[in-house]
Amino acid sequence: MGRTLAEKVWDDHVVRRAEGEPDLLYIDLHLLHEVTSPQAFDGLRQAGRQVRRLDLTIATEDHNTPTLDIDKPIADPVSRAQLETLRKNCADFGVRLHPLGDVEQGVVHVVGPQLGLTQPGTTVVCGDSHTSTHGAFGALAFGIGTSQVEHVLATQTLPMARPKTMAITVDGELPEDVTAKDLILAVIAKIGTGGGQGYVLEYRGPAIEKLSMEARMTICNMSIEAGARAGMIAPDRTTFDYLQGRDHAPRGEEWDAAVAYWKTLRTDEDAVFDAEVRIDAASLAPFVTWGTNPGQGAPLSADVPDPASYEDASERHAAEKALEYMGLTAGQPLRDIKVDTVFVGSCTNGRIEDLRAAASIVEGRKVADGVRMLVVPGSVRVALQAVEEGLDKVFVAAGAEWRHAGCSMCLGMNPDQLAPGERSASTSNRNFEGRQGKGGRTHLVSPQVAAATAVTGHLASPADLSDAPVTAGV
Amino acid sequence: MEAFTTHTGRAVPLRRSNVDTDQIIPAHWLKKVTRDGFEDGLFEAWRKDADFVLNRPERQGATVLVAGPDFGTGSSREHAVWALQNYGFKAVVSSRFADIFRGNSLKNGLLTVVLDQQVVDALWELTEKDPQAEVTVDLQDRQVRAEGITADFELDENARWRLLNGLDDISITLRNEPDIAAYESKRPSYKPRTVRA
Ligand code: SF4
Repeated sequence: MGRTLAEKVWDDHVVRRAEGEPDLLYIDLHLLHEVTSPQAFDGLRQAGRQVRRLDLTIATEDHNTPTLDIDKPIADPVSRAQLETLRKNCADFGVRLHPLGDVEQGVVHVVGPQLGLTQPGTTVVCGDSHTSTHGAFGALAFGIGTSQVEHVLATQTLPMARPKTMAITVDGELPEDVTAKDLILAVIAKIGTGGGQGYVLEYRGPAIEKLSMEARMTICNMSIEAGARAGMIAPDRTTFDYLQGRDHAPRGEEWDAAVAYWKTLRTDEDAVFDAEVRIDAASLAPFVTWGTNPGQGAPLSADVPDPASYEDASERHAAEKALEYMGLTAGQPLRDIKVDTVFVGSCTNGRIEDLRAAASIVEGRKVADGVRMLVVPGSVRVALQAVEEGLDKVFVAAGAEWRHAGCSMCLGMNPDQLAPGERSASTSNRNFEGRQGKGGRTHLVSPQVAAATAVTGHLASPADLSDAPVTAGV
Repeated sequence: MEAFTTHTGRAVPLRRSNVDTDQIIPAHWLKKVTRDGFEDGLFEAWRKDADFVLNRPERQGATVLVAGPDFGTGSSREHAVWALQNYGFKAVVSSRFADIFRGNSLKNGLLTVVLDQQVVDALWELTEKDPQAEVTVDLQDRQVRAEGITADFELDENARWRLLNGLDDISITLRNEPDIAAYESKRPSYKPRTVRA
């Protein structure tokens, strides 16, 4: 019987397989950041262990870094301590680090791919659940906990139980105004925040094949929000073209050998998935969340749902609680929801294509009165590219704030936070209670919807902008 | 890691589903660089409410958390497990756990027990009616027992063996170091490297 993409990559990394034990899996790339690594390095030190493969390990700073005044000492003492701890640990153990201020610094899941380190058929881990992002390259990439970080540092392996596989086939073609973000939000709303549990998702089908690498990363990034172990997309010409010439991509004969291997990384015709979901791309529309988990979403044209319409008691209860927290009423049109803040950034939508899409919409327009719009590139490289294209000027001219790279308002660990009760349209991946700051209310949206929302002051898509027709790229 | 064989203690019934790790331990607590001292951050937002079940005097010293389905979703932060352990919990019962949370808990010696929702309901009713009711989580026999309730649970043999013996993962893996070296000697040279040789 044939094998799925995930099974092929898995099999190629089994160091040891024994009856009744999880497989011992080799890890090709280990990404570190300041939040989940200190206790792991602590553990190594206590046990007198070293980092086994410094050449497969890399660190950057992202969660705690401020996006303003980055040349000044970090004000928050705890954030500062965490960054200093990472710097000390990397120096002590010899790990390559890109600290705040470095040209390769940025959100860890933006940095790995842009350096060309994330490659098809590799295993990638990081102490961060959005490691699933890297699956866009046909890598098997998953988030791990701090004990596992320590385990990988010490052994370059992880004992893991073989996951099940689920195909998410997206047939047809995405309508012009529908983005990868809308697609993945719709997938999560369909299968639920627990729907992917125990599975590696493989996104496939014509609509997926047409997506750019960056759009594929947006999709795989949010696999974890469906509860999945990982998300993957088979590598193809788009993948190879993205990688060729990047800093750490193979060169010359090595490139040819790599591509020959990468081309084998496709699910066999006769392979069987443990579960399958089909989606018709043509049926999709711009999608936003109304609740406090990423599965609580609906097309922008819909109304806030009535909790009473849920048959399942725990879903009904969750919807009631979500509406209360979000300060929304059942039946209210989603389009009427006014926001205070718009955040464009994060490892979901903080890459250059996202910034271009948002800029194309705010260009020649103004951010609505009383709305604050933050544009935060996912990495310094993305920022430099945006500046080269003049996007920073477009944002500033529209009245948005152009910030330094980092996780920023994706989560409330740095100075960029929502105030209690404040409402945002955010291109990030989590709308949990308090995620963007205590009491903050988050609506997850695409960069296009974020930009249109900034201009109108309420949840909106580019098509709602009356003054000029705008074509948004996917 | 401490060995886990069997544990008996009072319970905290937490009637909420989809408790994500941001609720278990809010992000600002993640800035700590040690593994202890997270107990005050556990369910921090909810604990501001005096009526929250964890705040009630009769729940002090309880060691078994009985939670709703999809416990531990969201971020992979292991701090969620440490917070539960620092607070004093030895075991968490739910009808469904998020994968990463479950993996993290078993690695740290916090036993996560999956039981049918009906059994969870029964445990809720029992421990709400009688806060002094004790719940036994027996890993030896893979069974949860309380007054009027006996329920078997599953846990894979390997995880159980490690918990019963209090073995940590790294030392187990390093016993197979020759396998790792053999694998490394055969890795293709085109694989990415973060630093050039
Ligand atoms: S941008 Fe957000 S989701 Fe991505 S790594 Fe940073 S905090 Fe996590």
